[in-house]
Amino acid sequence: MEVIVVGLNHRTAPIALRECLAFQEDTLPEALHQVNALPSLRENMILSTCNRVEIYAAARDREKAVFDLKDFLSQYHHLSLKEFEKSLYSYTGEEAVKHIFRVASSLDSMVVGEPQILGQIKDAYDIATQAKTSGLILHRLLHRAFHVAKRVRTETKISNSAVSVSSVAVDLAKKIFESLERKTVLLIGAGEMCELAAQHLVSGGIEKVLVTNRTYQRAVALADQFKGEAIPFEEMNMGLKRADIVISATDSPQYLIRHDQVAKVVKDRRQKPIFFIDIADPRDIEPKVGEIENAYLYNIDDLQKVTFENIKDREKEAVKAEAIVEDEVVQFVTWYRSLDITPTIVSLRKKFEEIRKRELEKTLSLHPDLSDKEKKSLEALTSAIINKILHDPVTLLKKANEEATADLYLDAIQNLFQLPGGAPGSSDPNPDPGVEEVEESVESNELSRN
Amino acid sequence: MDTHFFKLAALLYLIGTLAYLGYVLFLKGALSKSATMVVFVGFASHTLAFLLRYAEAGHTPVTNLYESLSFFAWMVIGILLVVQLKYPVKVLGAFLSPIALILMLFALALPKEIVPLAPVLKSFWHPFHVFFAFLGNAIFALAFCCGVMYLLQEHQLKSKKMGAITQRLPSLMVLDDLNYQSLKFGFPLLTLGIITGAIWAEYAWGRYWGWDPKETWSLITWFLYAASLHQRLTVGWRGRKAAIMAIAGFLAVLFTFLGVNLVLPGLHSYANW
Repeated sequence: MEVIVVGLNHRTAPIALRECLAFQEDTLPEALHQVNALPSLRENMILSTCNRVEIYAAARDREKAVFDLKDFLSQYHHLSLKEFEKSLYSYTGEEAVKHIFRVASSLDSMVVGEPQILGQIKDAYDIATQAKTSGLILHRLLHRAFHVAKRVRTETKISNSAVSVSSVAVDLAKKIFESLERKTVLLIGAGEMCELAAQHLVSGGIEKVLVTNRTYQRAVALADQFKGEAIPFEEMNMGLKRADIVISATDSPQYLIRHDQVAKVVKDRRQKPIFFIDIADPRDIEPKVGEIENAYLYNIDDLQKVTFENIKDREKEAVKAEAIVEDEVVQFVTWYRSLDITPTIVSLRKKFEEIRKRELEKTLSLHPDLSDKEKKSLEALTSAIINKILHDPVTLLKKANEEATADLYLDAIQNLFQLPGGAPGSSDPNPDPGVEEVEESVESNELSRN
Repeated sequence: MDTHFFKLAALLYLIGTLAYLGYVLFLKGALSKSATMVVFVGFASHTLAFLLRYAEAGHTPVTNLYESLSFFAWMVIGILLVVQLKYPVKVLGAFLSPIALILMLFALALPKEIVPLAPVLKSFWHPFHVFFAFLGNAIFALAFCCGVMYLLQEHQLKSKKMGAITQRLPSLMVLDDLNYQSLKFGFPLLTLGIITGAIWAEYAWGRYWGWDPKETWSLITWFLYAASLHQRLTVGWRGRKAAIMAIAGFLAVLFTFLGVNLVLPGLHSYANW
């Protein structure tokens, strides 16, 4: 049994192609069943986000499985393989495990360290579990991937800094105002830029949204969207007096807000701090405004600069994260290599033989007067017992191996008899709370498979 | 006996200070938590030292420079512990605990024998005077730290650097609020300290006010804080200006407390060593 990955992501395929190959959530279970019907593999799950489409599978025959999965993608999406094969990548074995760990830890993301991907993988895994297309190997693999992601998150600073312009703006606002609660934002302009920025602030906790625009109707429309208040453009200063944060994004060719005007407003505000965010090009706010005490001005370039610096920081942290991933890959691969039948039988026999020898020696030392013949009989007796006991399980294992269903038994034997090479983290007393519910559904899944 | 506990407290403050600084460097929450624990134990030991000395001397043991420095440090740590309960300002320890530590080290270098109380100091008003004055001073130390942090943070934000310093320092709003709260509590305490001092002076020297250097400087300090409070309430001085005032005010406090004793001769020079 081998872990394989087939897919494409934001680096290998343009968005148009990714959209063509994406899976819809409501039809995902059906797709999962179709994949599982392929004879070359036994378990699978599909991860489909706006940046990647990937199928994770446990394959009986890895080359055949990779071929089958590519073929499946082509048929399912009614797209000739030639059109997208160049964008596809496939990994097997250790490489595949590493890839999945990296994806879950957000090391393979467009914005390294962004947190959404972990949730997306959890969702994809949940769907596969409900569709009963994931089994022992994917369960362990994903459980481990969540663990790796958690380690990366806590042991490195990869997700510490904001890396989008609007999250940087929110961070800055919090460094001035501590929190956005009970704060008022004034939007100057009613375009898409303002709307987006406002959405970010409102979800960050802003209480009141004021909107002003040259065309009053558009201000009203946008204000309604946020249950806010529209202000006539001529009365902008009224808005400046009330707002804590001002976002300006108009296409006005000259400055709309000037130094002297803000100096007066700040005085009228009794020096209450005000934070200007100028995302217009050309600028709406005179740069000198930033020199006024208790007024803070960031334009789009400033925000972008902070963003780039934070991204650089993340990339440094990513090096540490890669080391964690490497370490975890080794552990995982050790476990799943142990699911081979021959070494399992060998170590099982070895364990029984050791027990037999130890107990026999104890008995013999208690009865030093036994004759050689009697000793030989005891040897033969104990060996026979062990062979008889092991006969049925070993036969069953060999049979299951031919049918490629041995992994469950192998894992059970590893755990029941505590053989070396047991599952990583299987005796972890504190599993990641975030995956507990996932685990539960997996267990019920495994029961129903039996 | 009391000096053993005093030295133990100084040692614990040293460890606490290092842990607080470690927190600032590595941002490990556990460091800041354990620093507070250590400092708390140090504070308990310091309190014990104070009580033992009180029992032995039979009067409030704030009569010479060693005792005053120790008492000041004790108040500063007390303020640090109280503020940490209410405000989420983890870096504060890295600013306040070094101040207490310096006061402790200074005190360590001084003679620590209990000397019989000078007759002029024997008064009902003495404990009140030192309590108000030093609690006020400790609160102004807090305001000073907030002022320094405010200026640093403001500079970062104005120069558009969102780096390690920005990340570690609290928001401007919290710093300014702490500064204002300090002023609100510190100023009345300073006023009470001066008033009780004047009453005590009437008993000790037969006049309420004699323009002795200590008295003069405490009045200068009082005017600085009064101006700061007045401006905040009338024209909304806050942020940068308030931070500068808090720093200037605390420098005046320090000069009133130490500079006057060391540089200018006067009636309060009993506090010389």
